[in-house]
Amino acid sequence: MTMGTAKVPSPSSAAGKPVTQPGKLKAVNLNFYYGNYKALHDISLEVPANRITALIGPSGCGKSTFLRTLNRISETIHNTRVEGQVLLDDENVLTVDVTALRRRVGMVFQKSNPFPKSIFDNVAYGLKVNGFRGSLKDAVERSLQRAALWDEVKDKLQKSAYALSGGQQQRLCIARALAVDPEVLLLDEPCSALDPIATAKIEDLLFTLKDQCTIVIVTHNMQQAARVADRTGFFLLGKLIEYNTTEIIFKTPTKQETEDYITGRFG
Amino acid sequence: MTLRDRWRKIVNFVMLSLTGVCAVVAVSMLFLILGYLVYNGWKSLDWNFFTKLPLAPGETGGGMANAIVGSVDIVALATLFGLPVGFMAGVYLAEFGGKTFSGLVRYTADLLNGVPSIVIGIFAWTVVVRPMHGFSALAGAFALGLILIPITARSTEQFMVSVPQTLREGALALGASKWKSIATVVVPAAYRGIATGMILGVARIAGETAPLLFTSLNNQFWSNGLTQETASLPYMIFIRAISPYDDWRRSAWAAGMVLLVGVLLANIAARLILSRGIEVQK
Amino acid sequence: MASPATTSARSPSGARAFFARLASGDEIARLITLAFACGILLLTVALVWQLWVHSAAARHKFGLGFLTGTDWDPVSGQFGALPFIYGTVITSAVGLLIAVPLGVGAAIFLAELAQPRLSSAFTFFIELLAAVPSVIYGVFAIFTLVPLMRDYVEPFLKRTLGFLPIFSGYILGVGYLTAGVILSVMTLPFIISISREALLEVPVEQREAALALGATRWESTWHVVVPWARLGIFGSIFLALARALGETMAVTMVIGNDPTIHASLFAPGYAIAAILANEFTEATGDLYQGSLIALGLVLFLLTIVINALARLLIVATTRRGSAHP
Repeated sequence: MTMGTAKVPSPSSAAGKPVTQPGKLKAVNLNFYYGNYKALHDISLEVPANRITALIGPSGCGKSTFLRTLNRISETIHNTRVEGQVLLDDENVLTVDVTALRRRVGMVFQKSNPFPKSIFDNVAYGLKVNGFRGSLKDAVERSLQRAALWDEVKDKLQKSAYALSGGQQQRLCIARALAVDPEVLLLDEPCSALDPIATAKIEDLLFTLKDQCTIVIVTHNMQQAARVADRTGFFLLGKLIEYNTTEIIFKTPTKQETEDYITGRFG
Repeated sequence: MTLRDRWRKIVNFVMLSLTGVCAVVAVSMLFLILGYLVYNGWKSLDWNFFTKLPLAPGETGGGMANAIVGSVDIVALATLFGLPVGFMAGVYLAEFGGKTFSGLVRYTADLLNGVPSIVIGIFAWTVVVRPMHGFSALAGAFALGLILIPITARSTEQFMVSVPQTLREGALALGASKWKSIATVVVPAAYRGIATGMILGVARIAGETAPLLFTSLNNQFWSNGLTQETASLPYMIFIRAISPYDDWRRSAWAAGMVLLVGVLLANIAARLILSRGIEVQK
Repeated sequence: MASPATTSARSPSGARAFFARLASGDEIARLITLAFACGILLLTVALVWQLWVHSAAARHKFGLGFLTGTDWDPVSGQFGALPFIYGTVITSAVGLLIAVPLGVGAAIFLAELAQPRLSSAFTFFIELLAAVPSVIYGVFAIFTLVPLMRDYVEPFLKRTLGFLPIFSGYILGVGYLTAGVILSVMTLPFIISISREALLEVPVEQREAALALGATRWESTWHVVVPWARLGIFGSIFLALARALGETMAVTMVIGNDPTIHASLFAPGYAIAAILANEFTEATGDLYQGSLIALGLVLFLLTIVINALARLLIVATTRRGSAHP
C-alpha cells in the first residue's frame, strides 16, 4: 500500500508490508537557481528502492541543495527556481501537491530540530496534522521503536524533547519523520553534530530502516558513506561527477575528480 | 486529494491571505492619515499661515506664526536641556558604569521612557509652573526635555556599546586616555546611530501636546520671553480641531499637515542616515 | 606620574592610580558623566515624590476609596477615580482586541510570507506610523473616524448585535468604541514591529521540520513558528497596552468627556489622561488639584507595572537562544 492515496496507513497494515516497495526517486536533468546563480547543473540520478544512497562532496558542492529539491523544502527560500523533473514512481513531484509529497518523502535535518513540545507530541505532530485516524499512542510507540529510541524514552514520553541528548534528539527527529510512514527518507548530514557513539547508533538504525524505506543521505564524511551506502554519488561545484555502487566509487573511481576527493587531495 | 486535505488547503489559503490583508491595512493607515491631512490642509496653507498671528474665527488672513516660532523655541530649549543630559548619561552607561549602578540607571531610564507624557507634564507643573506662579515656555521645555533624556540616553548607549572593543583598545594602546579615546574614537564611530537617535527624539517631542497643556499653555500673540505662556503648533492644532468653527478647523488641518510632514521627514531622514551608515560600514 | 601607556580598560585601584586617572582626565570624565546619570535617577525620584506629595489632599480625604469612587463633582468636592479607570481600561481593551489580531496577522505576513524587500518596505511605513503625533491621530479621528462610526459602524453593530448591552444605546459617534478604534491604530505599529522581530528570530529549521512532515504553510506557521515567538509577541502586546493606557490627545478628542460609567461602548466616557488634559488648568483648590494629580499617580503606577511586564517578556525572548516549553 503506498502513500499515493494520501491516507496515513493504520498500524495494522504496517506488519504485512512487502519487502520491496515502489518509491524509486529519479532526478532528470535537474537545474536549480538561487536568483540568477545556478547551483545545480543538469543532475540526472536514479535512487534505487530499499537501498541507502549517499551523496558526498566538498562544502558548497550542491549535495544539500539537491537533497532539498527532492522534497521541495528548497521552496521555502525566496527567489529559487527549479528546471527539470524529479520523479517519484514516475510521477513528477514538482507538479504535485507539496504537502502530499512530503508525507511520502520525509526529511531529517543536519542539526536536530525537535519542536518545543513533549517527546510524544513531537512524534505525533506529523500524524495529527495529516489527520491520522487510529491510536496515536500505538503509532508513536511504533515510530520510536523503529528509531531505536523507545526503550530510552518510554517512561518519559511527556517530558520535553530538549531533555534528551543530542544523539537522542536526532533519533527523535527520525522517529518523527518515520511516524507518517514515508516511502523515502532524506537525511541531510544527520550525524555532523554528533559524537562517534551516537553516529554509530544512527548508522545501525539506517540499516534496519532500509527494508521499509528508501534512504538518501548527504554526508561530508566519506567513511560514513563507505560504511552505510549501497550507492554513492559524488557532487562537485553543482554537478554530479560520478554515481555508482559505493564499492566502485571508493575503490575504482572512473573520474579524476572523484579520485582526488576520495584520496583527500582536496577537502 | 481527500476532503480533509482539501479543507486544509482552503484554510491555508484563507488564513495566509488574511495576514496579507492585515499588513495592507496597517500600511495604508499611514497613507490614509497623511493623505487626509494633505488633501484638506493643503488648501488652507498659504503664506499667511507662516507669517501672521492667529485671528478670531471668521476673520481671514490669520496664521500660526507664533505657534511655529513658539514650538521651535520650546523644542530648541528642550533639546538644549535634554540632549546633553541624555548623551552624557548614555556615555556613562556605555563606557564607565559599574554593573549594578548602570543596571539601576538603565531601569530608571526605561521607566521614565514609559511614563505617559501627560504625567511628565504634571511633574513639570509642580516643579516649574507652581513655583513660578505662571505658565511659561521654560516649563514646557523642561517637560519636553524630560521626555528627551531617557530616549537619548538609551540610544546613545546602544550605539556606543555596538562599537567594537578593538577600536577602543587601539586608541588606548596608542597612549590615549580613556576619555580621549571615547571622545575621539568611540563617539565618532557611533555618531551615525547617536545622531539618528537624537533626531528621532527631537521629532518625537516636537509633536507632543500633552506635556504642554499645563506648562507652556498657549498664547494668541507673540510671547515676550521664555517666562511667558507660549503658543505651540501641537497645542494650536488641538484647540482648533475641537472648536466648532469651520475656518479654525481648516487651519487645524493645515497645521496638522505641516507638523506631520515635518515629523515624517525627520524620521525618514534619520532612518536613511542610519541605513546608509550600516552599508558604508559593510 | 604614571605614563598614559599603562592605562587599561579596567583601571587599577589605589591612591596612586586614582591620581593618575585624575591627571589624565579620566576621573573627571567619569564623574561628569556619572553626575548626568545620577540626574536621571534624581529626576525620576523627584517625579514620583511630587506626584505623591501633591496628591496628598485627595489621598488623605478619600484613601483607597478614591479608586472605587464613582462621583466626580468639583462643586461638592467629591472625587472618585473609577469612571476614569474604567474608561482607560475599556478603551485600551477595545484597542487591543482590534490591534492584536490585526497586528499579529500583519507580523506573520511580514515575517513568514512576504519577500524580504516587500517586508522591509512595508515595515518601514508601519514603523513611521509610530512617529505620528497623538494630536494628529486625534484630528484624523475627529473628522473621519467619528462620522464613520456614527453613520455606519455603530448602527451596523446595533442592528446585528444590539441585544448585547455593549452594543446598545444611543449613538453619538464619540465614545469608548471610537476611542478604542483610534487607540488600536496607534498601538498597531508596536505590535507589528516587535512581533515581526520575534517571528524572524525563530530558527528556520523549526519551520522546515513542520513543512517536511507535510504541514501546510499556515499549519507550520501557526503550530510551530508563532508558539516559538510567543513571548516576544506577548511582550509587544503588553507594550501596546502600556502605550494605550497613557495616550492622551487622540483619546481626549474622541471619548466624549462624560465622567460616568456606561455599559454601552457607544456611550461617551472619560479616561484618566483625558480628564487631566481637559480639567487640569481649570482646577482650583488643593482637593481638586490633588485629586487630578492622584489620577496621574494611578496612571503612572499602571503604566509602570505593564511596562515592566512587557520588558520582562521581550528580554526573555531575546536572551534565550532556543525555546523551551
